[in-house]
Amino acid sequence: MKILVVDDEEDVKSLFEQKFRKEIRSGQFQFSFSFSGEEALSYLQAHPSEVVMILSDINMPGMSGIELLRKIRTDHPAAPPQVMMITAYGDSANHDQAMQLGADDFLTKPVNFVELKEKLLSIL
Amino acid sequence: MDYFLVSFFLIQYIRTSLQTATQHPEWDKRLVIGRYTSIALVAVFYATETPHWFNWIWNAFLVLIIVVIFTDDFFKTLRATAQTILPFIGLCMIRDATRALSPDFYKKYDSGFDIAVAFAFVLCFFIWFYARKQMKVLQKEREDRLREEQASKAQKESLEYLVSERTYELTLQKEELQKTIEELKSTQNQLIQSEKMASLGELTAGIAHEIQNPLNFVNNFSEVSVELCQELEEEIDKSALGDSDKEYIKEIIADLSQNQQKITHHGKRADSIVKGMLQHSRASSGQKEPVEINSLADEYMRLAYHGLRAKDKEFNAALVTDFDPTIGKINVLPQDLGRVFLNLFTNAFYAVADKKRKLIEEGNLGDYRPEVKISTKKFANKLYIRVTDNGTGMPEHVKAKIFQPFFTTKPTGQGTGLGLSMSYDIITNGHGGVLDVESVPGERTEFRITIPINETQEA
Repeated sequence: MKILVVDDEEDVKSLFEQKFRKEIRSGQFQFSFSFSGEEALSYLQAHPSEVVMILSDINMPGMSGIELLRKIRTDHPAAPPQVMMITAYGDSANHDQAMQLGADDFLTKPVNFVELKEKLLSIL
Repeated sequence: MDYFLVSFFLIQYIRTSLQTATQHPEWDKRLVIGRYTSIALVAVFYATETPHWFNWIWNAFLVLIIVVIFTDDFFKTLRATAQTILPFIGLCMIRDATRALSPDFYKKYDSGFDIAVAFAFVLCFFIWFYARKQMKVLQKEREDRLREEQASKAQKESLEYLVSERTYELTLQKEELQKTIEELKSTQNQLIQSEKMASLGELTAGIAHEIQNPLNFVNNFSEVSVELCQELEEEIDKSALGDSDKEYIKEIIADLSQNQQKITHHGKRADSIVKGMLQHSRASSGQKEPVEINSLADEYMRLAYHGLRAKDKEFNAALVTDFDPTIGKINVLPQDLGRVFLNLFTNAFYAVADKKRKLIEEGNLGDYRPEVKISTKKFANKLYIRVTDNGTGMPEHVKAKIFQPFFTTKPTGQGTGLGLSMSYDIITNGHGGVLDVESVPGERTEFRITIPINETQEA
């Protein structure tokens, strides 16, 4: 399963790679990383219909996670990827907006990796 | 006859003009005697068939009167008037002397003498009449002046009354203004205080957000490092290294793993502080709902008590409740208000336990009995809650800071300094109420919550 992680913090990449070391080695998960919303969109265009799951931060400089979600839902109506929003601000306004725009799930930071792993495995 | 009239009216004139009857009774008595004397003289005069020599008695009588008038200062004001009878007496005496010394000459000119005496007599009365009139005018003027004086006096009095009345009003106004100024000052202080709290709260929340992200990385990486250490250990076992080398490497890995666990532990500690700070920024954690205030308070009181008992088996305190049964359900944020109760009770129990500990250290426990009291009251659409303890109390400089975030008097690690600042926020911003504190150092502390009740929302 190909997963695109969108977060402006670059250390997210090594964190995910270490947290899901076993799954990556066994080929269960395949991670790609984008460090902004714009980068994520161009990655999706370059690799159409590859990405199954997108994990996106909401609060990012430039294009926000919400904006990215809206673009994904309008530009890729066919073969829609699952989108999970992750934010440090666990307020209801962000949650409601994300859900209304078609997010599949909503996580708050700090991410509980055990829970996240279970969710990803169940989707798989 | 003319003698009688002159003397009688002169005496009468003196009596009326000097008002001897009321002002000088001793002189009045003498004047009355003089009057009767003149009446007696005229009676004797006619009884003795008008002898000529009798004129000399009259002359003597009048001269006596004049002498009295001119010698006594009492009659000073009347001398000018009394002078008018001098020509009369003089003419009478010349006439009588002439009549006695040369009756022939007198007979020849008796009509002339009579005319002169009559003229002097008339002059007397004419001048008296004139003087009387003058005096009346004077009297009138004097009365007018007196009346004016009285009027001005009355006016002055009324003015003085007005002035004192105004002064009283002004004093009242001044006092009122002073009171208003004091109220304004205290309101200003409250505003400054709440403004400070609000900005501190925002700052705190901002800092917490900024810290949370890096802190998440710290926690996550240290956690994953622990996992990596375990994997490493497993891999070492598979390798073909010598046992002593394996042991040494495993030791290092164990230390490494322990360090990571320490990082995780302290990271989690920081995380819980940040979480506490973030609770500041949350506008509201839920909806207001009707809650039994008394049972909420009671529940959290017991929770705090047993929380402390679990840590310190020695601890005990009397729990006193004074609940107003008429309160019933009131619309509040139950979780937030519960947090406030928990903070206040925890602090109260801490204060009494601290005081007991200090007293034992001093060997001076005496009959100290720790007591924490909660009282609730509903009155005039307001809910009043008091949490009182007979613990350590606090000095003024501590009291001034207790609602500031991160201010704590507890030893490091025992308090975050966020409890009361959060409680303040919940009461003032969450419920539109007031949270204040009163304390006597070494004796007691009382936290007072006042929450307005909106009747229409009340369940």
